[in-house]
Amino acid sequence: MTTERIVGIGAGAKELATEDMTLNIGPQHPSTHGVLRLRLTLDGERISAAEPIVGYMHRGAEKLFEVRDFRQIIVLANRHDWLSAFSNELGVVLAVERMLGMEVPPRAVWTRTLLAELNRILNHLMFLGSYPLEVGAITPIFYAFRERESLQRVLEEISGGRIHYMFNRVGGLKEEPPAGWTGRTRAAVAEVRSRMGDIADLIMGNEIFRARTRGVGVLTREQILQYGVSGPIARASGLDFDLRRDEPYLAYGDLDVRVVTREEGDCLARFECLLDQVYASLDLADACLDRLAELPPGPINQRLPKVLKVPEGHTYAWTENPLGLNGYYLVSRGEKTPWRLKLRSASYNNVQVLAELLPGNLVADMIAILGSMFFVVGDVDK
Amino acid sequence: MDLYVPIIVLGVLAFAFAAGSVAMAAVTGPKRWNRAKLEAYECGIEPTPQPVGGGRFPIKYYLTAMLFIVFDIEIIFLYPWAVAFDRLGIFGLVEMVLFILTVLVAYAYIWRRGGLEWD
Amino acid sequence: MSPLAAAPAADPTLQDFGKDPWWLIGGKVLVIFVFLVLTVLISMWVERRVIGRMQLRVGPNRHGPFGLLQGLADGVKLALKEDIVPRQVDKVVFVLAPILSAVPAFISFIIIPFGPNVSVFGHQTALQGTDLPVAVLLVLAMSSIGVYGIVLAGWSSMSPYSLLGGLRSSAQVISYEIAMGLSFVAVFLFAGSMSTSDIVAAQHDTWFAVLLFPSFVVYVITMMGESNRIPFDLPEGEGELVGGFHTEYSSLKFAMFFLAEYINLATLSALATTLFLGGWRAPAPISTVWAGANSGWWPVLWFMVKLWLFIFFFIWLRGSLPRVRYDQLMKLGWKILMPFSLGWILLVAAIRAFKNEGYDMQQITIVTVVVAAAILGGTILWEMLRGGEGEEGAAAEAGAAPADPFAGGFPVPPLDAPHYHGRTAGTGARAATIGTRSEEVTRGTH
Repeated sequence: MTTERIVGIGAGAKELATEDMTLNIGPQHPSTHGVLRLRLTLDGERISAAEPIVGYMHRGAEKLFEVRDFRQIIVLANRHDWLSAFSNELGVVLAVERMLGMEVPPRAVWTRTLLAELNRILNHLMFLGSYPLEVGAITPIFYAFRERESLQRVLEEISGGRIHYMFNRVGGLKEEPPAGWTGRTRAAVAEVRSRMGDIADLIMGNEIFRARTRGVGVLTREQILQYGVSGPIARASGLDFDLRRDEPYLAYGDLDVRVVTREEGDCLARFECLLDQVYASLDLADACLDRLAELPPGPINQRLPKVLKVPEGHTYAWTENPLGLNGYYLVSRGEKTPWRLKLRSASYNNVQVLAELLPGNLVADMIAILGSMFFVVGDVDK
Repeated sequence: MDLYVPIIVLGVLAFAFAAGSVAMAAVTGPKRWNRAKLEAYECGIEPTPQPVGGGRFPIKYYLTAMLFIVFDIEIIFLYPWAVAFDRLGIFGLVEMVLFILTVLVAYAYIWRRGGLEWD
Repeated sequence: MSPLAAAPAADPTLQDFGKDPWWLIGGKVLVIFVFLVLTVLISMWVERRVIGRMQLRVGPNRHGPFGLLQGLADGVKLALKEDIVPRQVDKVVFVLAPILSAVPAFISFIIIPFGPNVSVFGHQTALQGTDLPVAVLLVLAMSSIGVYGIVLAGWSSMSPYSLLGGLRSSAQVISYEIAMGLSFVAVFLFAGSMSTSDIVAAQHDTWFAVLLFPSFVVYVITMMGESNRIPFDLPEGEGELVGGFHTEYSSLKFAMFFLAEYINLATLSALATTLFLGGWRAPAPISTVWAGANSGWWPVLWFMVKLWLFIFFFIWLRGSLPRVRYDQLMKLGWKILMPFSLGWILLVAAIRAFKNEGYDMQQITIVTVVVAAAILGGTILWEMLRGGEGEEGAAAEAGAAPADPFAGGFPVPPLDAPHYHGRTAGTGARAATIGTRSEEVTRGTH
């Protein structure tokens, strides 16, 4: 086999082709947030082919689920996407509760909704900070972490965890929130809202940032549908789909969920979606807090039997995680462990579209595009 | 020539410092070599073999280098003109306008042919 | 203070140089060397502290008072790290490159004037290493030689990141050197000399930053490009090319690149001070109130203040800006800064020539404004026409994607969405990669 070489005539750089060069981005690379690997074929500095190679962090989560009972699964399930631990737990308990036909107390439902939204804000703040970092702005991430800190403190107070909350239980939540927690949560939400302007101005007001992201890495609606891309990335391409509104779970049916969409589908639109979604989630969190204050006192969880066995059958529970659709397909044979628990994670599908998105772009744009896919490697490799 | 003596002295001093530092690092640093450490860095996987001699690189870098030479020469011509400008008067101005216009023709040609496109 | 007493001598000019005794030459060189090393250590500390404040952090505060010795600690730490020379590198060039990068950085500083004539142990001398009739040219020459260090480092490392980083860096630096060189022309025009002491002397009345403001702006932009720092730090854009040209370097070899970068920062700032901000001359309110501000050892203070303002400006930018993309950077250098500088030089030259001939200033101003407006309008019109054309061309190109002969065939089974024809590149490119590899293996055995 020989390599085909095209020899151009003339002085223009455009007319001359050079030999292809293979460049590996990852697994150990500063811009892949972990161990995603991209094999790029470069023509000069332009990408002619890209192939995401996943699996460096595969931990066999689905297989591990099969030998654990449902309480242990919650511990395990919140780990694959470490930035949205609460939302990950949620899918598992929703599936189990549905199979058991269990009614969850309203206070638990509303608290779960609140925590899920806080978790979403935390997740988005992380990417709001790390994306500018990838295009070279080192300051915004520290401002994002300041906001994260005030929310994490609230979550730490209620659950004891800062990342892996482990606060869901089948039938409700682990325990009552501490006294005065809702007041402190409300203060934290207000604080974050008042300071979000700093981050927005710092990033969105920057002409270089806009020049690097506008019109770059445009995803079409068709590509989104073909690859099963979901979450803020899909909504940035005009796909108006959000489970919280379109197939409400928890208390979202009673809430006025504002779905943030953009039409452009480029990196800037994806980033704007994330930013606006933070505001939307802050509003939802406030609405949940209002509602929680009105609710009559009652239990926050159900008493469970010593051995929790899920009746035979199967169900699919999906939730709108911060990064996109997260689904659990639970097949039970009436034992205390699931026979199969299939995990559909958001980042896995979102990353696959890179093979289509990257070719034709510059290496420098590759970083802007990769960062704008907002993935967590654990969520890709499961 | 006396003007250049300090430059040479500083050059020697800087060279001694730089070379000395590089040599010193070989002495002060530990030496725990293994095979993987001596591989080129390629994000933690076996490096793709690079062609002998470092491989070819895109032609546009050569083009940039050539353009640099062309326009840098122009600047070099501008310097003595600028220094002696007050003595040359209007004549110097006209001469230099003609020269710059000539170069601008080349510049426009390169622009037109896409030599300045960095896609 | 008695041996270093100030002398009320006139401002130094080119004729004053080359008369120092040997001990004074040695002393000056040593002082400049130590000054540069200290500046590097302190500017690293200042950078980290200032950026720390900007980022709601504290910054290094452990080593020495306020963490001042942090730079030193880093240097010692690097010296104690293993000096790795990867197997496949070109060893001689690999070792030579950091030295080649550091030495020219030091040399440039010798022509920077720190102050006027003073008396050192009874000997009258200018506070400046030396001066040449072509002093500024020396700085340009040295920065060009510094590029060799970068490109050779990238080349000898035999790693794709290093190679691309080195190439990018050199292309960037030489592109910006053109615009930088052009921004000097107007200064030489007004100073009538390329010697730095003469240029400072020419600014006794008005700083060139005021008189030649567009040149100053161009210089400030190009000096960011030359220094390889944010927003133009593409060669080291860690997101893309890991460490760029110094990916394979460790220990003190890496420290040499780091040192060179920070010395260049100081040199560019000092050059900006000298050429545009009146060098060691006191700023306007001080010099008008206090006659002695421009004599003796005081000017060193003014020089330092201006130098550090520039360094702070660099740090400030790093704290607030993302990096630009490569093509945006090159476009700015070649298509905006260069024609703008050329036009500006012609304008300045024309004004000065007519003024020398004794024409009325008012007339000149009116003509100038008209001509400038015409040129500006013409370029904008041209750019708009060109821009429209370019977009059309690009759109046509994007539409005509080549058909992929491997689509749906071996080794990849057809995807379950036959109506979808988005992805084309995958299989073809993979075959090409395999081809390249086998070719290289055969070459390696022979």
